[in-house]
Amino acid sequence: MSMSEEMMGDMLEKYPEKVLKNRKKHITIVDTNQACQQIEANTRTIPGIITQRGCAYAGCKGVVVGPIKDMVHIVHGPIGCAFYAWGTRRNKARADDNTPPEKMFSTLCVSTDMQESDIVFGGEKKLAKMIDEVVEMFHPRAVSICATCPVGLIGDDLGAVAKAAQERHGIQVLSFNCEGYKGVSQSAGHHIANNNLMENVIGTGPERDPNDKYVINILGEYNIGGDGWEMERILGDIGYKVNCVLTGDTSYLEIKNLHQAHLNLVQCHRSINYIAEMMETKYGTPWLKVNFIGVEATKKSLREMALCFGDEELIRKTEEVIAREEARIMPVIEHYRKICQGKTAFAFVGGSRSHHYMHLLRDLGMEVVVAGYEFAHRDDYEGRQVIPTLKIDADSKNIPELHLSPDPEKFKDAHVHLNMSKEKFDELNKKVPLNYYEGMQPDMKDGEIMIDDCNHHELEKMVRALKPDLVFAGVRDKYYVQKLGVPAKQMHSYDYSGPYAGYNGALNFARDVANAITTPAWKLVTAPWEKQTQ
Amino acid sequence: MLECMPEGEVVHTAGKINPVKTCQPIGAMYAALGIHRCLPHSHGSQGCCAYHRMHLTRHFRDPVLASTSSFTEGASVFGGAANLKTAIKNVFEIYKPDIIAVHTTCLSETIGDDLPTIIKQSEVPEGKVVIHANTPSYQGSHITGFSNMVKAMVTYLAARDEETIRKKRVNIIPGFVNPSDMREIKRITSSLGVDMIMFPDTTNVLDSPLTAKYDMYPEGGTTVEEIRDTGNSRLTLALGAWSSNAAGAALMEKCGVPCVPLKVPIGLKATDDLIMTLKEKFDAVVPDDLTLERGQVVDTLIDTHFHYQGKKVAIYGDPDIVVPLVEFVLTMGMIPKYVITGTPGKAFEEQVGAMIEEAGIEDYIVKAEGDLFDLHQWIKEESVDLLIGNTYGKYIARTEDIPLVRVGFPILDRAVHPLMPITGYKGCLRLIEMISNALLERRDRDCLDEDYELVL
Repeated sequence: MSMSEEMMGDMLEKYPEKVLKNRKKHITIVDTNQACQQIEANTRTIPGIITQRGCAYAGCKGVVVGPIKDMVHIVHGPIGCAFYAWGTRRNKARADDNTPPEKMFSTLCVSTDMQESDIVFGGEKKLAKMIDEVVEMFHPRAVSICATCPVGLIGDDLGAVAKAAQERHGIQVLSFNCEGYKGVSQSAGHHIANNNLMENVIGTGPERDPNDKYVINILGEYNIGGDGWEMERILGDIGYKVNCVLTGDTSYLEIKNLHQAHLNLVQCHRSINYIAEMMETKYGTPWLKVNFIGVEATKKSLREMALCFGDEELIRKTEEVIAREEARIMPVIEHYRKICQGKTAFAFVGGSRSHHYMHLLRDLGMEVVVAGYEFAHRDDYEGRQVIPTLKIDADSKNIPELHLSPDPEKFKDAHVHLNMSKEKFDELNKKVPLNYYEGMQPDMKDGEIMIDDCNHHELEKMVRALKPDLVFAGVRDKYYVQKLGVPAKQMHSYDYSGPYAGYNGALNFARDVANAITTPAWKLVTAPWEKQTQ
Repeated sequence: MLECMPEGEVVHTAGKINPVKTCQPIGAMYAALGIHRCLPHSHGSQGCCAYHRMHLTRHFRDPVLASTSSFTEGASVFGGAANLKTAIKNVFEIYKPDIIAVHTTCLSETIGDDLPTIIKQSEVPEGKVVIHANTPSYQGSHITGFSNMVKAMVTYLAARDEETIRKKRVNIIPGFVNPSDMREIKRITSSLGVDMIMFPDTTNVLDSPLTAKYDMYPEGGTTVEEIRDTGNSRLTLALGAWSSNAAGAALMEKCGVPCVPLKVPIGLKATDDLIMTLKEKFDAVVPDDLTLERGQVVDTLIDTHFHYQGKKVAIYGDPDIVVPLVEFVLTMGMIPKYVITGTPGKAFEEQVGAMIEEAGIEDYIVKAEGDLFDLHQWIKEESVDLLIGNTYGKYIARTEDIPLVRVGFPILDRAVHPLMPITGYKGCLRLIEMISNALLERRDRDCLDEDYELVL
């Protein structure tokens, strides 16, 4: 099943001229005969189009900073921004050796609850007072303050308030200028969060024990439904030492030590590639794009990781764990594959999952025929080779770029990080694409649709025209898709299930997808008396 | 859970920790969804709109459509007029609503965008309408936002025709309640034989069936024409002071329709008040069915009082729900020990305090603009037998091992609740059942084997 130009025309015909001109550039019908198909992305949202996008605050506080469990995160703004980000993203966390239960602040919603007087006279004093009270009450290891829309407009100086509070209390107070109107989507917030963590936290911890082997970080993994824990289970069994997961179930203490790893794994490219790149510049740490979503994808990632260390024992152990896990889960997966085989799906998620889940769905015999992102950039669609050609437009040019240089003490060449010779490293680079991401497009087939910032109108039209068997999207799309008679699974929150990553994740996902398709109520949609009159 | 909470007395004066309110625009969005073929529009940056749609969707498990002006940094500095005009044009061309109901956010309010002027300068197709309400997030709460949007429906739409005789009909402003409650209030009013216009009305919008024939604008919602005609009604009932009084007063001022403020009809007394008001103002005959329903509630209260009488309860939520709920738990013989709303208004403390004192209870705390941090601290000091409120109390419920009855907005972790009323006599039975069951299940769980009873 694929989309014809005619169906596309039908979808776009309602648009006013300016909208049509704009939206056409954000939609690609994949044609593998063409050398490079360019898609427009990361541009401003069309007003009134019913986008699914959120804001920079959501990208910064909601996604990257919020999961850090041993910090108190103060939202400086009216109550809504803090309220809606309270417990709604399922980045799981638990107490562990580094973080005792009384240092866990994940279930708190802390807001300066700005009132009209704070807008008129400024909110700095209230913010400072709240920091004092919070430190006194909770004794966190560090505090974050996140800005919301009005903060930038009224000119509250978060940096100054944070600095003064830091001096008063002797703990780090990080300020994030992630006002909702910055950039064009959540993406700006990721960048703002990355910059601050890189500049002020990463690398401030002690040096690692030089005897530690295979030390890795997982960057851009937020432990939704326990995904990160499942990855850590597999990697631990193989023999890796997971130094830090950024930022699922992570503590501030661990982020300080982020520079200790030999290799950075990048799961979500969009949200964390800045830190991956900056760590490469500053510390020389190489990074590898991995994908732990799907049985085949996980296997590929594990094998590439093993090659990166080039250690026979590690390679052997990798194959052993792969064989063990596959023997355990494949019979069950096979059962579900019989239900899912040949079915089609749409995947419209934030900035990375639409691509990741293609692999897991293929494990189940399903094909993603329409795939898109809310806020990814062209490199996530087309691959990082397009980065030099990207133009930063007026809406995003105010997101600061950090320009780092190699750390005089801590920088080491990539091959030194990986404990191999330069020659061996050059060989490795031919086999494994280090510091690179090829994007979603190469994994798509002719006639399939790649769509950026898909809106309500377009998704509804495509569901009606292409009648997929399943739609993977967010909570705002789920219920109308189901009202159309098509099962929909939430790909952000996993419909409160999970993990979906790794081997146990593949099992959970297969079961959930099969259940969504086969739930008996789908056969009861038409009332019996309505059938008789037809 | 919540091991981080401080021990003993602490100072918490600035801001909120675990609030019992959210911001204005979500209330305005909910109100606007109660207009037939209306698309709510959020004039701000798009994150607000995404969050508000998300939260309403999670509470109702139904589609929630709304558009946004999608401010960028440029618009935030120089004003959002161009964004709103573009949005209005795009929305009418692509989504074809009959009416766009615009609300604002802290962003456009801080900038000071002049909405009436922008709307006047916008392209609005013949026969279509754009209304607006200013809903600054830094004032009041989501309830204030609901109130502001309902008031805007009156100021933009309600009209008094030339005719001298008013229609023998009541306007009902139901307050920020679930569609099931609106449905129940309409059922009671119909059974009294009184014609009505309810606005806003989210029945058949946020409790719609699955038919595989989705329509972006479901059957429900008050039509623009009906809202216009409210100016010709004989009477308005404003249910819930915080949600509905402002619109009721505006309708009185604009069209001369007298307004009777009542509580949201939760509990026996508040339901009695609604029925008595309709009976007196419209010479209505109360049908036997309602008398029977009322009698069933009294019967059940007598039958079950030993399940809950004398139990201490903490109630938190929106003022128009909490006030009649406190009244009902007092009717049940329970002790409202702690009562909180996040919405500002001293009247809340006075009204609730007076009810509790009238019942002869002296040891209690009532707080407007409180938060769940406060409540948790009080509970640690002296615990209660039951919590009644929205989903967010579940953390306290688990930490302190107190049963929670989910009532109010938002309820994110249970289904079916928006389809079942807590209003009217039917709602009384449901509340009694939920409260009794919660306490009895706890008794079954906690008691010794020899005290485990078959019949309770």
